Amino acid sequence: MSQTSQKNNVLIGKTFIYVLLGAASFLSIFPLYWMFVMATNHNSAINSIPPAMLPGNQLVTNFTNVLNTIDFFGAMWNSLVVSTVITIGVLFFCSLAGFAFAKFQFKGKNFLFVFILVTMMIPPQLGLIPQYFIITKLDWLNDLKAIIIPGLIDAFGIFWMRQYISSNVPDELVEAARIDGCSNFRIYWNIAVPVIIPAFATLAIIKFMYVWNDFLWPLVVLREESSQTIQVALRGLIDAYVRDNGMILSGTFWATVPLIVVFLLLNKMFIASLTEGAVK
Amino acid sequence: MGQNPSQATQAPKKSPLSEKKKEALSAYLYVSPFFILFAIFGLFPILFSFYLGFQKWNGLGEMEFVGLQNFKWVLTDPLFWKSLYNTLIMWVLGTLPQLLVGIVLAYALNSTLIKAKSFFRVSIFMPYVTSTVAVAIVFGIMFNDQDYGLFNILLGLFGIDPMSWSTSEWGLKVAISTMVFWRWIGYNTIIYLAGLQAIPNELYEAAQIDGATIRQKIQYITIPMLRPIIILTVFTSTIGALQLFTEPLIYIGRTFREEGITVVLYLYREAFVNLAFGPASASAIVLFFIILILSGINVLVANRIGR
Repeated sequence: MSQTSQKNNVLIGKTFIYVLLGAASFLSIFPLYWMFVMATNHNSAINSIPPAMLPGNQLVTNFTNVLNTIDFFGAMWNSLVVSTVITIGVLFFCSLAGFAFAKFQFKGKNFLFVFILVTMMIPPQLGLIPQYFIITKLDWLNDLKAIIIPGLIDAFGIFWMRQYISSNVPDELVEAARIDGCSNFRIYWNIAVPVIIPAFATLAIIKFMYVWNDFLWPLVVLREESSQTIQVALRGLIDAYVRDNGMILSGTFWATVPLIVVFLLLNKMFIASLTEGAVK
Repeated sequence: MGQNPSQATQAPKKSPLSEKKKEALSAYLYVSPFFILFAIFGLFPILFSFYLGFQKWNGLGEMEFVGLQNFKWVLTDPLFWKSLYNTLIMWVLGTLPQLLVGIVLAYALNSTLIKAKSFFRVSIFMPYVTSTVAVAIVFGIMFNDQDYGLFNILLGLFGIDPMSWSTSEWGLKVAISTMVFWRWIGYNTIIYLAGLQAIPNELYEAAQIDGATIRQKIQYITIPMLRPIIILTVFTSTIGALQLFTEPLIYIGRTFREEGITVVLYLYREAFVNLAFGPASASAIVLFFIILILSGINVLVANRIGR
């Protein structure tokens, strides 16, 4: 008797959880699916009741319209360049600094490290206006350098690398290498770097996604179309004279697909990286 | 950049420095890129913001010292208070509910009863991979003011008249909050899930033996053990919510409608549309202190709960 009621309880609980997670998954995926539906439909099919819910045959037309409105591939290329260069730069500089903080003794070490942590608390908008004028003075407006060079500052990356190196690169190994006459940079390069590949992967995913999706700073310093990243360029689609939702969502969809595909392929690593970074 | 690490490895050979000094020198060299770049693109702009807050400047001509006038101007501007009000309302509508829903979803994902967990996890996390601009564009079209807007059709199913989402006080706030909620809910869920998975199973087993109900387990084990993570998410999402910019800018465009303007949008408009760099800097400073105060309150409340 009590066994069947417990079984019933489990069944009810199970059903409830499935319904809850099913609904959450549906609501999470639907806007992305709908983006695809609209990207393949004519504007009139979107602006009707009921609106299109199935993919249409306007995929090529809509995307051609995107290409006629903004420099889509140029902007994607700019985004790729900026994200890749910053990611590689950050991996190198942050691991180097993290290595120094984790394994070297030097005066002011604790102070400098705490200083770096404190900079993480400053809202980025505080320096926005002077930053804009510095970029103007350097003549870097409409130049990807305006994104890349300041983008190399990454306090979290240094913190992350220091923590990882502290607990994963044994002191004995560093000492042994030093006795063998390895230079400091060689110790970093030959001993630390191979061990911290997982930390690199995590930081790379966090950084790449952050830069790829960043909007405010690129909006401020990349005014000319030829220099714009995809996020800024997408805004050009909304500003077009004729509001063609099929075209707008076609551009948005194709700008979103690459990252989604990489995410689906590496989803375990992505989810672990992006959340690990927050919890640690 | 001028930071060539290979030079560091060669230099010590020539000079008879002690091992200790060599180590310290390399260390300074390795951490210097951060400090050099931060000095130029971080610290200097911040200090200069504080300076600009007391100047009258249009970006081209001479600066003129005006004392506290910019602050007075900003703090007596109804639009600034409106932007602060909007930001806080959208924090309540879009950010706070995430914490509750996130815990519920994480609890469900952590259940031992169900299969296909990784499918659910990946789907729920997917919005976070979508860029904020893309989210704002898609939802902007869903929140179309016309009858054929998706959300208006949805309202119609419940017999409610279509809304002018993009021009009404609450319509705008609900639309923008929805965008924020949708993009971040999966992220917070997964963070809570990580927290739930870190709770040792023995605790639940011991409670089971003592005859605890599910509710008691949640109240006395789950919630207290999750506390540090809850505090962390409240802290980070509050700071994020105060910096809300992309969604309203994309959705309301260049009109900067007062129903949807946020503090950062106000700052952006003062600086790059009105070219009033003094008031813009003053508002940046005010925002900084608001964030500081709210973070302080967060820490205080967290300590109180922690006891």
